[in-house]
Amino acid sequence: MRYLPKSDTERIEMLREIGATSIDDLFSVIPDEYRLERDLDIPRQMGESEVVEYFKAAAARNANGYASFLGAGAYRHYRPVIIDSLVQRGEFLTSYTPYQAEITQGTLQAIFEFQTMICELTGMDIANASMYDGSTGAAEAVMMAIRVTGRDDVLVARTVHPEYREVMHTYAQHQGHDAREVGYGPDGRIDLAALEQAVTEETACVLVQSPNFFGIIEDIPAIAEIAHKKNALLIVSIAEAVSLGIVRPPVEADIVSMEAQSFGVALSYGGPYCGVLAAKEKYLRQMPGRLVGETKDTQGRRGFVLTLSTREQHIRREKATSNICTNQALVALMTTIFLTVYGKQGMRELAEQNLAKAKYAANALGKQGRVLFAGTPRFHEFVLQTEEPAGQLNARLLEKKIIGGLPLEKWYPELGNATLWCATELTTKEQIDAAAAVIAGAPVAVSTR
Amino acid sequence: MAYPEKYKYTREHEWIEVAGNQGKIGITDYAQNSLGDIVFVDVPKVSDKVTKDAVFGSVESVKAVSDLYSPVGGTVTEVNETLKDSPEKINSDAHGAWIIKVELSDPSELSSLLSAADYEKFIAEETGN
Amino acid sequence: MMATTDRFTGTTRKVTAHLTQNEGLSFEKSSPGKKGYKLAPLDVPAVDAAALLGEAVRKDEPTLPELSEIEIIRHFTRLSTWNYAIDLGMYPLGSCTMKYNPRVNEFVSRLEGIAEAHPYQPESLSQGALGIIKLLQDCLMEITGMDAITLQPAAGAHGEFTGIMLVRAYHQSKGNPRKHVIIPDSAHGTNPATAATCGYQVVNLKSNAQGGVDVAALAQMVNEDTAAMMLTNPSTIGVFENEIHKIADVLHDKGALLYMDGANMNALVGKTRPGDFGADVMHLNLHKTFSTPHGGGGPGSGPVACKKTLEPFLPSPVLKQGSNGLLYWDYNRPQSVGRVRMLYGNFGMFVRALAYILANGPDGLRQTTEDAVLNANYIRRKLEDVYDLPYSTPSMHEVVFSDKRQTRNGVKTGDIAKRLIDYGFHPYTTSFPLIVPGALMIEPTESESREELDLFIDAMRQIAREVEENPELVTSAPHSTRVSRLDETTAARKPVLRWQAAGASEAVEIDSAAKEW
Repeated sequence: MRYLPKSDTERIEMLREIGATSIDDLFSVIPDEYRLERDLDIPRQMGESEVVEYFKAAAARNANGYASFLGAGAYRHYRPVIIDSLVQRGEFLTSYTPYQAEITQGTLQAIFEFQTMICELTGMDIANASMYDGSTGAAEAVMMAIRVTGRDDVLVARTVHPEYREVMHTYAQHQGHDAREVGYGPDGRIDLAALEQAVTEETACVLVQSPNFFGIIEDIPAIAEIAHKKNALLIVSIAEAVSLGIVRPPVEADIVSMEAQSFGVALSYGGPYCGVLAAKEKYLRQMPGRLVGETKDTQGRRGFVLTLSTREQHIRREKATSNICTNQALVALMTTIFLTVYGKQGMRELAEQNLAKAKYAANALGKQGRVLFAGTPRFHEFVLQTEEPAGQLNARLLEKKIIGGLPLEKWYPELGNATLWCATELTTKEQIDAAAAVIAGAPVAVSTR
Repeated sequence: MAYPEKYKYTREHEWIEVAGNQGKIGITDYAQNSLGDIVFVDVPKVSDKVTKDAVFGSVESVKAVSDLYSPVGGTVTEVNETLKDSPEKINSDAHGAWIIKVELSDPSELSSLLSAADYEKFIAEETGN
Repeated sequence: MMATTDRFTGTTRKVTAHLTQNEGLSFEKSSPGKKGYKLAPLDVPAVDAAALLGEAVRKDEPTLPELSEIEIIRHFTRLSTWNYAIDLGMYPLGSCTMKYNPRVNEFVSRLEGIAEAHPYQPESLSQGALGIIKLLQDCLMEITGMDAITLQPAAGAHGEFTGIMLVRAYHQSKGNPRKHVIIPDSAHGTNPATAATCGYQVVNLKSNAQGGVDVAALAQMVNEDTAAMMLTNPSTIGVFENEIHKIADVLHDKGALLYMDGANMNALVGKTRPGDFGADVMHLNLHKTFSTPHGGGGPGSGPVACKKTLEPFLPSPVLKQGSNGLLYWDYNRPQSVGRVRMLYGNFGMFVRALAYILANGPDGLRQTTEDAVLNANYIRRKLEDVYDLPYSTPSMHEVVFSDKRQTRNGVKTGDIAKRLIDYGFHPYTTSFPLIVPGALMIEPTESESREELDLFIDAMRQIAREVEENPELVTSAPHSTRVSRLDETTAARKPVLRWQAAGASEAVEIDSAAKEW
């Protein structure tokens, strides 16, 4: 086997030095009846070219050469080439969690830069070294709010990504916490009146997403006021991190939970992505996950270490803030490189392009259907309502090699034939015009608003 | 390190100094020594209730957390604010750096605590010396 | 190397000092107006963001670095050279399984149809991705001897969380979720943290004199309130629980389940199967056993495999195959514990793990396990005369020594570990498992040649001699790194967790009011 650096002769010599006659001696502790005496029933050993061919054939059976208008928590942005060349350096790729600070300063300094950038973008004081993804990050933020407040009632907006809500319910239900949902108003934002009614002295937190699942920017100051009046925490989840280039950061929030996939992380059929938790500094001790801090060594040289680890499972065991162990270090590194590439000006320019493309797309497609919540500020996604059933519409688009918006019926049946569309800097005018043309050619009459 | 005669001690390595109905609580020199450099002290708020033998807070070093157990029941009357910025005071002067002051609810609870001599005997046994 | 005294100082055969570049933070290198990007020109009308967004428009400018491409390349390349990595040499971290990360894994995970597949693209246009998931699931079920699996959990600890929730849902379906989970004192910290997160009380089980499960004590402990036992096998001291079936029987007799922590699966693949020896549910760490890269601390992937009885409770969705042969996601799972993560899991890690399995085949995987165990035993044999071996039970894929002999000279496991750095090795795992005071936990994995093992053994033996003759050299190590013995105490007392524009970084004020944990 080509990954194994030993000859059979060496194996025999090493066994002899150990004092074993055969390799089976070393496995004699396994009771006979449990020893596997046959080959595993898996594909035979392949040559490298065969491995590559297998995956090329699989890749060919996925969508190739389609224009796509999908978003909904997983966004197609351009990934600068240097991201992959840098993260594939073995010193980053094949290094372990930086517990031994002397020989992991590279990873540690990069995470420190990451934490700083996340604070700058979100308007929070502290950020951790990353979480699994945006959905589990939001759930961890809710658990954190429960610990901080000592309350266990949780309110979540229906405009939060449906799968984020599902994850949050999974986390909450098994710990005996109540999670109630608050609906949205005709403007596509959380219903503030309903929220005001729902928040009580028992409410630990209010979880909203902005831009929300419909692409709409929530009124964070107003929501914060309602939550804070009852001393509940406000958690803002951000699924589209690029929005922060142009959208006001949720500075009134107590905790911000973000999915940073948009910052240079491949779609990769759903993962790995990069969750982040950021918060006001007073909640530092309740923050789950790894943190990197700056310090000095014995000779006064600047260096970085993992710090405040007494919050974590390997020390606190059953009393830990979370059982989380890994972060997404390599993915966080991708986002750090992405943010370094775009920098201060680029983030704004990039976000403005997304805004412009979505505006154009909403106008073009809106002529063939109805863009819901049209008057409310949004980033780069919008909900299109058509007379034609979503399935039929998308099937017609697929014939033209276009993947249309995500059907919302499963989660929001009240919206009828609604699809969620996304345009990014990679979406071209030509693709938008082509999609509009297909929709216009509907076999069934479509109302033009 | 001498263990002050006027203090009473717990098997969880806290000390208490009582004057009238007031008790000052801290951790012993033995405890600070086994924890190492203390980086954080987590304490209750003034007017919180504490219960004998129940956890009222914790002390943290870089790599360990240790719960604090109250020697007596009562109400917290004062918290040593200087420990917030200078937790190292516990390392330099464990028997001087009190953590909380409490008003005792039942002074008879003191009788179950260890004297300095008993405590020294107890830690000698615990360390196997 | 230090030559401050004429006392014994080891010869570092594996390494020679060389220069590394200094490099500040990206923010410190930034200057206004520099750019590392160029967007394509906008092909639609530009918009007035302030007019479109109103109050929601961003008015402040976040402080992000402004650098050109060559500076960015150098910045991160310089940082990378400050890291140790498997690509540079042996990484003997016990329980972490730092094995070679094959490059073909990286290559295939970046193929366009794989890396750019959108998770919501129609299933008809995702058959390649679903096929990869199906084949990986089948392989992992065969390897573990289990009947069902979910790949959704994002990491090992997340897998544990999912597994214990399955346990809870299973008991709940029988009318009572039960109260506690039994965990040996040798367990990894995630086990008790997981059980507590899932609402269970943790009952600690003391290990027996051999470092294994005391079956008699366990039998006393198990009752109708026991939901499960979480067991790592081989244990964290690298010992196979040879009474494993008795353990399973004791639990099953009371209706409790056996959860197996698969962290040490690298000792078992192709030789024995947890499903055959009584485990009901287990997680795997694709970043340990199946060669996906650690990447400086993630991403991981923690599939959970289980017996048929637990299948109805698996997280939603579950992969199915229709009568037309097409694969699809089944969301209709009324008894499911729910989702533990959005979408389907860390798919990019599935690709890499499957590439590893295909490159190995059944013979390669078995040989891998045998070599991993051979390497650990070789190290044990070559070091047991200089380091104390607290448990003489046979070792599987890792060996645990203690620093008992070295502490006589005031040298602890952490010091020896730091000194190893000067010899060109990453330290082993220190101070774990907790049942061995001053543990040196060494897991070489199969990826080390005999030459590399001999260099490691030579380094460990020289350090043992240094401990006898020149202990200060060891307690002040490392001597060859960019920074040495960073002040972790100040880092924790006055946390500085981000760079500040003003130059001087400020410590965060900690509010102890937010206190419950």
